[in-house]
Amino acid sequence: MDKKEIIRLDNIRRYFKVGSEEVHALRGVSFTIYDGEFVTIMGTSGSGKSTLLNLLGCLDTPTKGEYYLDGVSVRTMGKNDRAKLRNRKIGFVFQNYNLLPKTTALENVELPLLYNSKVSAKERVRRATEALEQVGLHDRMYHKSNQMSGGQQQRVAIARALVNDPVLILADEATGNLDTRTSYSILVLFQKLHKLGRTIIFVTHNPELSQFSSRNIVLRDGKIVSDEINPSIRSAQEVYDSLPAEDD
Amino acid sequence: MNLTNLFKIAFKALSNNKMRCFLTMLGIIIGVASVITMLAIGQGSKESIRAQISEMGSNMIMIMPGADMRGGVRQSAEDMQTLKTADYESIRSKCDHVVGVSPNVSSAGQYVNGNNNYPSSINGVTSDYLDIRRLNVSEGNVFTERDVQSAAKVCVIGKTIVDELFPNGDSPIGKVIRFDKLPLTVIGVLEEKGYNSMGQDQDDIVLAPYTTVMKRVLAIDYIQGIVCSATSEAYTDKAIDEITEVLRSNHKLKATDDDDFTIHSQQELSNMLSSTTDMMTTLLACIAGISLLVGGIGIMNIMYVSVTERTREIGLRMSIGARGIDILSQFLIESVIISITGGIIGIIFGCTAAFVVKGILNWPIAIQVYSVVLSFLVCTLTGVFFGWYPAKKASNLDPIEALRYE
Repeated sequence: MDKKEIIRLDNIRRYFKVGSEEVHALRGVSFTIYDGEFVTIMGTSGSGKSTLLNLLGCLDTPTKGEYYLDGVSVRTMGKNDRAKLRNRKIGFVFQNYNLLPKTTALENVELPLLYNSKVSAKERVRRATEALEQVGLHDRMYHKSNQMSGGQQQRVAIARALVNDPVLILADEATGNLDTRTSYSILVLFQKLHKLGRTIIFVTHNPELSQFSSRNIVLRDGKIVSDEINPSIRSAQEVYDSLPAEDD
Repeated sequence: MNLTNLFKIAFKALSNNKMRCFLTMLGIIIGVASVITMLAIGQGSKESIRAQISEMGSNMIMIMPGADMRGGVRQSAEDMQTLKTADYESIRSKCDHVVGVSPNVSSAGQYVNGNNNYPSSINGVTSDYLDIRRLNVSEGNVFTERDVQSAAKVCVIGKTIVDELFPNGDSPIGKVIRFDKLPLTVIGVLEEKGYNSMGQDQDDIVLAPYTTVMKRVLAIDYIQGIVCSATSEAYTDKAIDEITEVLRSNHKLKATDDDDFTIHSQQELSNMLSSTTDMMTTLLACIAGISLLVGGIGIMNIMYVSVTERTREIGLRMSIGARGIDILSQFLIESVIISITGGIIGIIFGCTAAFVVKGILNWPIAIQVYSVVLSFLVCTLTGVFFGWYPAKKASNLDPIEALRYE
């Protein structure tokens, strides 16, 4: 494959000390993710997917093994360097949105850029506006986070993940708190971003979602049990259109 | 991460919680305002005492007969008869740094004018006494050198005496009042001076030639004291040395003998009073300082709660690229903003309160620039000091744990 490597995991192990016992959350995980892939990482709770997510998001470092993000080795990085890396290369989307309360959509989206001193105030507003337009919220820029529905809040969160133009978008159960219809509308958005060339990793325990991504990795007990390319990606838009509109 | 962005973030976080922010500030506001007001009142009373003393004559020197101590036994000044009229005359003629000299003899008694009577005292002095004590005659005249020589039965009276003896508002000039059995013609009325800082009525005063009091009232040949004034406050010590020398030679004291007189200057009184008010000011400042400390602890308290409450927010900020130092700075800036804003409001409040005290209670106040600067600095330091611990706690949070915090 001649595509650019975004992520390379090389026999990643992560152990935790819980009391006197050592818990092996990841027992040798290796895979490579290339530019433009939409990967779902699936697993039941206890499979190690949260640990993997934290490692991929540079919030944590592996006990053993190498992790390269965009060609940079993360394992030996200090806290501050990892913070900078997150700021420049990763966009997070959380299950519970994690927006700042009483703060407008625009300000929420601007937030990552506030921690990047190279971006001027003018540039910041321009990029945040652009990101909000991409997720279809340009008419709600000045709405406060607590005045918006769950779906809208998640869109703001996605815009926030896009604003720093990351090499990787990491979504953690991004549809977990939403009803079916809204979930699909968010999936539609992720598929749209995928088409635009974004690399997305979607961590979930819901097997249904694997139909909509280009590749599925399944974890069990800290190991990869399957890693398959999805030859026929299902369109979330079609599912969304087939759902009955809310009429109650 | 630049400072402007940090300030923006901190301001935003504070404005999301205006009420709590204000309540935290309140502690600082009260602390600073009380420091400023207390010091203004303390300093004001000190200055007003100074002013009153200098009105009484800051260069005044009082000579009393008898030493404070003789052979370990304290002597009562009343029994001393060491000062004579001759001493007064030689001080007047020989001391260069003394401008006004007056003997002082006094006796208590009852004043009577017709139906009205009033208990007071009579002061036997010369006309110099008025200059020494900064007294002025508002009506009539002062007795002359001739009155003194002839022990004339004349007097100059203060406003209180006028009010008591002439209640229907008649002019007392030329009237004859009686001091016990001695009739005295009123030749002058003194300007009103009010009460001094020790609560004494400075208008309850009757001045007569000292010869009159010595011969006609007390029948004594010694004087109870001498009052004089140095050429200026700075020459007080020099004048005291001159007087000591003159009196020792007059009294034929050997070099080994103790002085048989005591000299007090107004400076001593002034120093004593200002040390008293200094102590009061320190006390007030301590109380105020404690309230500032309590205000600071209030900040720490709130910031600490705020860190716990905003754990997820901190986690989010870290996950999108905030470093520990960014989080630390944010919380530190928040607490400094609270304390500085509180400090500024406190300064305004304190100054206003000081003026209100001046306006309503008529207390003398003097706002101290140093107290304003000091309390402002203390405020900022309080913010940094008490904000540091919660901020440090916030910056040390693990982003994974923080994001999961419920």
